[in-house]
Amino acid sequence: MPREEMLANIRAALGCASRATATAPPVYLRGSRIPRGERIAVFFDCIQRLSGKTHRASSPSDACAYVAAVLEGRTAVASNAALLDECGITRLPRVASGVYERPRLRELCASSDAGITSADFALADTGSLVMISSPREARMISLLPPLHLAVVSEQSILSGLDELFETLPHPAGQSSSMVLITGPSRTADIEQILVRGVHGPGEIHVVVV
Amino acid sequence: MTPLVQIRETIANAGLQQAIYASTGRLMDKRRHAVAPEVFPDYQELRSQANLLKRHTLEHLDFYLEQFENNVAARGGKVIWCRTPGEVADFILGLAREREARLVVKSKSMTTEELHLNERLEQHGLEAVETDLGEYIIQLAGQRPYHIVAPALHMTRYDVADLFTGKLRIEKETAPEKQTLIARGVLRQKFLSADIGISGANFLVADSGAVVLVENEGNARLTTSAPPIHIAVAGIEKMIPRAQDLAVFLRLLGSSATGQALTVYTSFLAGPRRPLELDGPDEFYVVLLDGGRTRLLADAERRQSLFCIRCGACLNHCPVYRKIGGHNYPWVYSGPIGAIITPQFHGIDRDPWLPYASSLCGACAEVCPVKIDIPKLLLDLRADVTTRTRRGLAERFAFRMYAWLATSPALFGFAGRVAALLAPSNTWIKRLPWFLNVGPVAKWISQRDLPPPPAKSFRRLWKERKRHAA
Repeated sequence: MPREEMLANIRAALGCASRATATAPPVYLRGSRIPRGERIAVFFDCIQRLSGKTHRASSPSDACAYVAAVLEGRTAVASNAALLDECGITRLPRVASGVYERPRLRELCASSDAGITSADFALADTGSLVMISSPREARMISLLPPLHLAVVSEQSILSGLDELFETLPHPAGQSSSMVLITGPSRTADIEQILVRGVHGPGEIHVVVV
Repeated sequence: MTPLVQIRETIANAGLQQAIYASTGRLMDKRRHAVAPEVFPDYQELRSQANLLKRHTLEHLDFYLEQFENNVAARGGKVIWCRTPGEVADFILGLAREREARLVVKSKSMTTEELHLNERLEQHGLEAVETDLGEYIIQLAGQRPYHIVAPALHMTRYDVADLFTGKLRIEKETAPEKQTLIARGVLRQKFLSADIGISGANFLVADSGAVVLVENEGNARLTTSAPPIHIAVAGIEKMIPRAQDLAVFLRLLGSSATGQALTVYTSFLAGPRRPLELDGPDEFYVVLLDGGRTRLLADAERRQSLFCIRCGACLNHCPVYRKIGGHNYPWVYSGPIGAIITPQFHGIDRDPWLPYASSLCGACAEVCPVKIDIPKLLLDLRADVTTRTRRGLAERFAFRMYAWLATSPALFGFAGRVAALLAPSNTWIKRLPWFLNVGPVAKWISQRDLPPPPAKSFRRLWKERKRHAA
């Protein structure tokens, strides 16, 4: 069996027998600590530098108005996140929502002009959205449509990666997929020239409620 | 045999030289800004941490591999153990046959280059499509990656335009934005109809049974989420102990590779779609490849070659890589990291010239985010080469004389003073007197200039210092 042979070879090379534990070096989580009041500003600044758009909504209905203005009547598919419903975004015209049927969801993601999601967390010092796959958030909504609109609550903004892994030491415990999204899809594979919108959305808008 | 003819061709090709210099130069600039102290204050600390974590993980690799396997199984995935690249290809072909798969989409993976996977799949009637833009371009061109991070680094937009016109039968298009859109359109259809998605892995997380992928385009997300089957192929050295260790590695990888604090997408994938989730693969496999890696584990010093996180910074900063490019290195991995892992994976006899493809300037070690001492390893490998081959009489005599000189302090000091007297005092030495300019010495000096001798030798300064202290 390759498995036993590989493990035996590794143990022979390391000069050890099978082990029940290993004591890893202490976890190194320090990073920046951004005070709550400053997080939105830092977060927005990072997103803008990645050429994403930002909006601070004064109320749920303001968030909804912003989304409607960006869509300008284009088609969209919205995730099942409670926040989108609370803002009234799921009731906007031409926005498909409440889709749990898998083939139909995929079809909608492949054909819609925009995908609307929330995010489980946001990381201020890198401008990232943390998307954990669940019945409320599908993977494809933030991936297939050329435009991604994310509506997140102010409380969900963390300082950065270190705080994320403090809050969530075992992401695999709750989901098959956690994705950090930091700006629009891009490439520099031809002559190191920056081009946005390769396979994922080329345009991203983040609204904080 | 060194591929000297091809190397001379690369150096004589002005367009290619310009492309390599410009692209690696841009990557160097981006990295330099990203690791500047005001942007990334704990960069040096994170490098030390990363080195410590990799060292620990490899010392306990058997333990972490088993822990990883258990955690993948607990989430409904399966780990496949492969001793050789051939076994990986066999597994993938077997699974494809069982599931009656026709179309395979691939996201960028250096490890699958070790198996020539695309050729193997195509021989068996499967269509395999690379989906990273750079990889797609070089697949169309029938080449192998030129660079670990930027596979099509050597091609200009005009090369791409000709390639697309020829292969995709479309009008000539030279704007990178338009070229990208063309590729997006072709590949989108492939993603949505693919039967299997194959990715590499930037990290394997033992305490989670997770595969971590970093990318900018979104093709890795599509490859791992759209088809019903996801297979991740990874070398066993990609292991890290905990999800929390990613806080160290992700920052280092993004800034060292492309100067980004984080790449656009970081995917942390553990097992197939869970029952209530709305999308994701139904089957999830992680293929663990040895492929020569265990050979390196036995020696504690050489083991550090496996710390590499494939950021490509050592390539960009290497004066040899920037001159000879990626395709003159004999195997998948080019640049300084390729020069140390290729001979160790395959044995030194296959490409004994490779450890000499370096000026030992040390730039690679300086920029390595996990602090691999590449120059030291190159020297060790050179020692392997010289102890294995019988050197000429003159060379053996010369080094015996040098050893005699260098191990007797009085004689060494005297020789140094004589050399300083003979040398011109304040210009670089480009030529030797005729009686020294012979044989291997002449060859050596023809490629190098020596600095002028210092006013005071190190030994003299040392003596004076001790006298002052007393």
